Amino acid sequence: MDALISPLLNGSAQGALLLLAALGLSLTFGQMGVINMAHGEFLMIGAFTAYLVQQVIDSSDLSIPVALPVAFVVAGLFGLLLEVSIIQWMYRRPLDTLLVTVGVSLILQQAALQIFPSQGVPVEKPGWLDGQLTILGYDWPLRQVFTILLAIVCVAALAAWLKYTSFGRRIRATVQNRDLAETAGISTRTVDRLTFFVGSGLAGIAGVAASLIGGTNSQMGAQYIIPAFLVVAAGGIGQLKGTIVAAWAVGVVLSCFAYWTTGSLAQVLAFILVIVFLQVRPQGLFTVRTRSLV
Amino acid sequence: MTKLKPQLSLVGIGVFAVLLLAVAPLVLTDHWLGNLGKYCCWAIAAVGIGLAWGRGGMLVMGQGVFFALGAYSMAMHLTLETAGDGVPGFMVLYDPLAPLPAFWEPFRSAAFTLLAIVLLPVVAAGILGYALFKRRVKGAYFAILTQALAVALATLISSTIRETGGDTGLSDFKYFFGFVLNDPANRNMVYLITAALLVVCLLVVWQLYRSRFGELLVATRDAEERVRFLGYDPANIKLVAFVVAALMASIGGAMFVPIVGIITPAEIGAAASILMIAGVAFGGRASLFGPALGAMAVGWGQSSLGSTWPDGWTYIIGLLFIVVILFLPKGLSSVLARFTTARRSPGEQPAAATATLQLEEAKS
Amino acid sequence: MSTTSKRLRALVATGAFATTVALVLAGCGARAGDETSSSKSAGPSCVDTSGSTIKLGFLNSLTGGMAISEKTVSNVLHMAADEINAGGGILGKKIQYVQEDGATDWPTFAEKTEKLLTQDCVGAIFGGWTSSSRKAVKPVVEKNNGLFFYPVQYEGLEASPNIYYTGATTNQQIIPAMDFLASKGVKKLFLAGSDYVFPRTANAIIKLYAAKLGIQIVGEEYVPLDKDDWTTQVAKIKAAKPDFIFNTINGSSNVGFIKAYYDAGLTAATTPIISVSIAEEEAPAMGHEVTGHYASWNYFQSLKTDTNPKFIESWKAYPKSSGVTSDPMEAAYISLYLYKALVEAAGSFDVAAVNAAAKKNTITFAAPEGTVTLDGENHHISKPGHIGRINASNQFDIVWSSDKFIKPDPFLNGYDWFPANVRDQLVKAAG
Repeated sequence: MDALISPLLNGSAQGALLLLAALGLSLTFGQMGVINMAHGEFLMIGAFTAYLVQQVIDSSDLSIPVALPVAFVVAGLFGLLLEVSIIQWMYRRPLDTLLVTVGVSLILQQAALQIFPSQGVPVEKPGWLDGQLTILGYDWPLRQVFTILLAIVCVAALAAWLKYTSFGRRIRATVQNRDLAETAGISTRTVDRLTFFVGSGLAGIAGVAASLIGGTNSQMGAQYIIPAFLVVAAGGIGQLKGTIVAAWAVGVVLSCFAYWTTGSLAQVLAFILVIVFLQVRPQGLFTVRTRSLV
Repeated sequence: MTKLKPQLSLVGIGVFAVLLLAVAPLVLTDHWLGNLGKYCCWAIAAVGIGLAWGRGGMLVMGQGVFFALGAYSMAMHLTLETAGDGVPGFMVLYDPLAPLPAFWEPFRSAAFTLLAIVLLPVVAAGILGYALFKRRVKGAYFAILTQALAVALATLISSTIRETGGDTGLSDFKYFFGFVLNDPANRNMVYLITAALLVVCLLVVWQLYRSRFGELLVATRDAEERVRFLGYDPANIKLVAFVVAALMASIGGAMFVPIVGIITPAEIGAAASILMIAGVAFGGRASLFGPALGAMAVGWGQSSLGSTWPDGWTYIIGLLFIVVILFLPKGLSSVLARFTTARRSPGEQPAAATATLQLEEAKS
Repeated sequence: MSTTSKRLRALVATGAFATTVALVLAGCGARAGDETSSSKSAGPSCVDTSGSTIKLGFLNSLTGGMAISEKTVSNVLHMAADEINAGGGILGKKIQYVQEDGATDWPTFAEKTEKLLTQDCVGAIFGGWTSSSRKAVKPVVEKNNGLFFYPVQYEGLEASPNIYYTGATTNQQIIPAMDFLASKGVKKLFLAGSDYVFPRTANAIIKLYAAKLGIQIVGEEYVPLDKDDWTTQVAKIKAAKPDFIFNTINGSSNVGFIKAYYDAGLTAATTPIISVSIAEEEAPAMGHEVTGHYASWNYFQSLKTDTNPKFIESWKAYPKSSGVTSDPMEAAYISLYLYKALVEAAGSFDVAAVNAAAKKNTITFAAPEGTVTLDGENHHISKPGHIGRINASNQFDIVWSSDKFIKPDPFLNGYDWFPANVRDQLVKAAG
C-alpha cells in the first residue's frame, strides 16, 4: 500500500510545484509565444525575495505569507523590465526570444552569485507547516499539502482573472486575434506588458514554494526551466487545463520512478516519456481549434 | 547569406585552411595549439548548426546529444586501448569483479569505433528527425524537445557511473589508434586531422549551399507551406540538413576527446548545447564562415577572458546573446557583408527580398 | 549535371588533399610500445626561480555550481599566501599567485592546469574540490610533471607522484565515522548520497565495513548533484526506519535533503544524520536548525589546539572572510604551508627534489588541527579523527575523537575486511 500511496502523494506535491513554475510560462509562452528561458531565474528571484522578507520579518510564521505577494510583485517587475527593455522588440521573432533570454538568465545567475553569499541563503519554513497529515497510514508532510493548496489557489485566481475581468477578456481577445483586438480599441501593448508581469510574478510565487523545498542559491532556477517548458508543451499551448494535467502527471511519474528505481533514472525516464508523448501528440493534451495551417 | 561570389568563398576556405594547417602549428605554443584544436571541434559542430538553424530554420538546441555520440564512441575506444585487455580503471572502483559491460565490447575495434562515430548520429538523427518533421514539430517545440533530449542524456550518463564514468567522465587516455598521445608530434597530428576535418566540413556546406538542395532548404525555412504546395516534402529536406548537422556534431565530439583528453556529461548537457548556439549566433547563423568563426571566438573568449576575468566573462557571454540577437540577428558576418557590398556596389541591397523574408519570418 | 559532378570531384579532391597534407605534416610520432618517448615526454621544467618571487597557481571554480563551495577555498588560499609573504616567503621568495577559474567544468580544470604549468610556469597548483575535478587534473600534472595540492576529503584509492592530499582519505573520515556509529550501538544504517564518484565509492567501503561491524544497511539512495528535491527518497528512508542516516550528499542538494527530512517528521532524537560534507559554513544555510546531528571531520572551528585560535582570528580579520572556519578551508590553508615545508626541506622548487625530500625527511608542522606529519610514500598527511555534534549556534561540540592521529592509508592496506583481490585490481587500475 505504502509503495503506491507514498509516490502518489509525493508526486502530487512535486507536480504542484512544477505547475506553479509552468503556470507563468503557459501565459508568456502559451498566450504570447515568448520563450522566456529566464523564467527559472524569476523563480530564483522569488526565492531570494522570501529570504529578504525573512530578514525584515523575523518570524517565519508570518514572513512566508507576506513573502508570497511581495515575491509576485518583485518577480513581476523584473518580468516587466525584461518585456519593456528587450522582449517588446522581438514579438516578430519568437524563436530569437529564446536566445536573448538565455543571455538574461546567465546574467541574473551570475549577479545572484555575487550579491548573495555563494553558499546560498537559508529560508525557514513557517512553524505551522511542521507536522504531517496521516492519509491511509502514510504521513503526508504538511509542507506538501501547502504546495498543492498554493497551486490550486494560483490556478483558480488566474482562471478567474482570465475569465471574468476585463483585463482577462482583453488578453483572450489579443491571443485569439491581435489585429482584431487592436481594431476593437484594445491596447495590445498594455495587454502584453500586463501578461508578462503576471506570468513572471507567478514564477516568483513558485520561487517562494521552491525555497521551502530546496536550496536558495544562484543555480536553483536552472533545474526547473526545462521540465516546466515540457509541461507546457505536453499540456497544449494556451491550455490551462492541459498544463494542470501535464504537471500533475509528470510529478507523479517522476515520484513513482524515483520510488521504484533511483532518483537519477527517474529524471531520465520522465523526460523520455514526455518526449515520446510529444512525438505521438505534438499538439499536446488539449488543443484550440484554429483555422491556421499548422 | 553572404554576398560574396561562390568562387570567392572557395578562396576564403583555402586561406582559412592555410592559416589553420600551416600557419597555426608554426606560430602557436603546444598549449594554444591544443586549445585551437578544441575550438575547431566546436567549430565543426557549429558548421552543422549553421546548416540546420541558419539555413534550415531548425533551432537545434540539443546538438550535445550527437556531440556525445561521437565523443563517447571515441572515448570508449581510447579507454579500452589504454586499459589493454583489462577492465577500465574507473569501473574497478565501483565493482572490481564485474566484467566489461556488453555495449563496450565492440568498441575495442578501431574500425567499429570509426563506423559508430559516423553511423550512430546518422541513425539517431534520422529516426528522431523523421518522427519530428513528419509530425510537423517545429519552432519552439523543436528547440525545447532537442534541449530536453540533451538534458536527459547528460543525466543518464551521470547516473550510470560504472557504465559511462558518470559525472567524472572518461579521461586519462594514453593512446590514439596506436599513437602515444603524450608525444607532442602525435598531438600535432591530432590537431591537424581536426583542422582538416573542419575544412572538409566547410567545403561540404559550401557545396550544399550552392546546390539545389541548399535553395530548397532556405525556401523551406522561409515558407514551408509554399514548398509543400510546390510538391516537395519539407520533412525530407529538413531531415537531410538535420542528419548532416548531427554527423558534424558527432565528428566534432569524436575529435574533442583526443584533443582535450576528457569528456564529461557537462560537455553535452543543456549549457554546453546552448554555448554551441551562442557561437553560431554571434558569427552569423546563415553565413558560410560565421558559425565556425563564431564558435572559435566564443571558445577563445572562454579560455582567455574567462581566465583573467571569470565573473566578467559570464556577463559578457550573457550580453553577447542579448546584443547580437537583438541588434544583429544575422551575426557579425552581416556587418562585414554589408560593409563589403556597400563599398563595391552601393545600392545593390535587395530591399524587397529582405522585406518579404522578414514578413515570412514573422508569420512562422 | 556534369558541372555538379565536376564540382563534387573537385570537392572530394580538395578534402582528400587537405587530409593528406595534415597527415604528412604531422610526421610520425611515437607509437604504442615505444617506451623511450612515452615515458620521457615532459619537457624540462620552465619554472623561473631566478627572481625574488615564485609563481603558484590557484585553481578553483569561481563560477558555476561548485562556486558555492570553492570560492571560500580560493579566498583562504589567498590569505595563506599573504601570511607566508608577510613572513618572508618560501626560501626567501615571495609568492606571486595566478588565480584560475575551473568554472565547475572538468575539461576546463584540465585546460587550466596545462596553462598554469606550461604557460605561467607555476611551481605548484592548489585547489580543486570535487573528485571529478581532481581526476581531470591528475593526467595533466602527471604528463607535465607538475605538483598539485588537493585540499578536500575524498574517497581514497588513488596515488600519484604529482599530487599531495591535505584532506582526509577514507580511513581518516569514513572509517572513524563508522567506528563512532558502532560505539553508539547502531544496528540499522541508511546511505543517502549525491550521484557521483565520492558517495558511490565511499558507500561501497561503508558497506564492506558495516558487514564486519554487524551494522545492517537498510537502504541506499542517490540523487543527481544538481537536483534538490529529496521528498520521495526521504519517504523511503522513513519507511526503512534506520537508526542512523549516513549522508554523503554534496552542495545545495543537502538543503533539499534536510528540508525533506524535517518535513517528513524525522528528528535528530529518533533518526540522527551523520554527514561528511556539512561543516560550519553549510550548517547555518540549511533553512532549518540542524542541532543534534553529527559530522565526521578532522578539523572543527571548536577544536582546542595551539594554532587554531590564530587561524580563526586571521580568517575573521581577512577582508574576504565568511566568518567561520571549516575543514576544507583548513586543509586548503595548510596545503600552502605543506608546500613551503617541502620546498624548504628540499632547498629547491624542483618537483623531483621536493618528492625526494618528502620521502627522506619527516615533514611535520603545527596545523590548526594539530601537529600533522606527511607520509612521504603516499603523499597524504596524518590527521586526527573527530566527530562533532551540531549545537544551537551552528558550531560543533566534539563528542568522539580517535585516540591518536590516524596514519593515511588510501588503499586500506591495514584493514582485513577490505578484500585483497579488490585492492589488487584497484592498485593495478591506478597504475
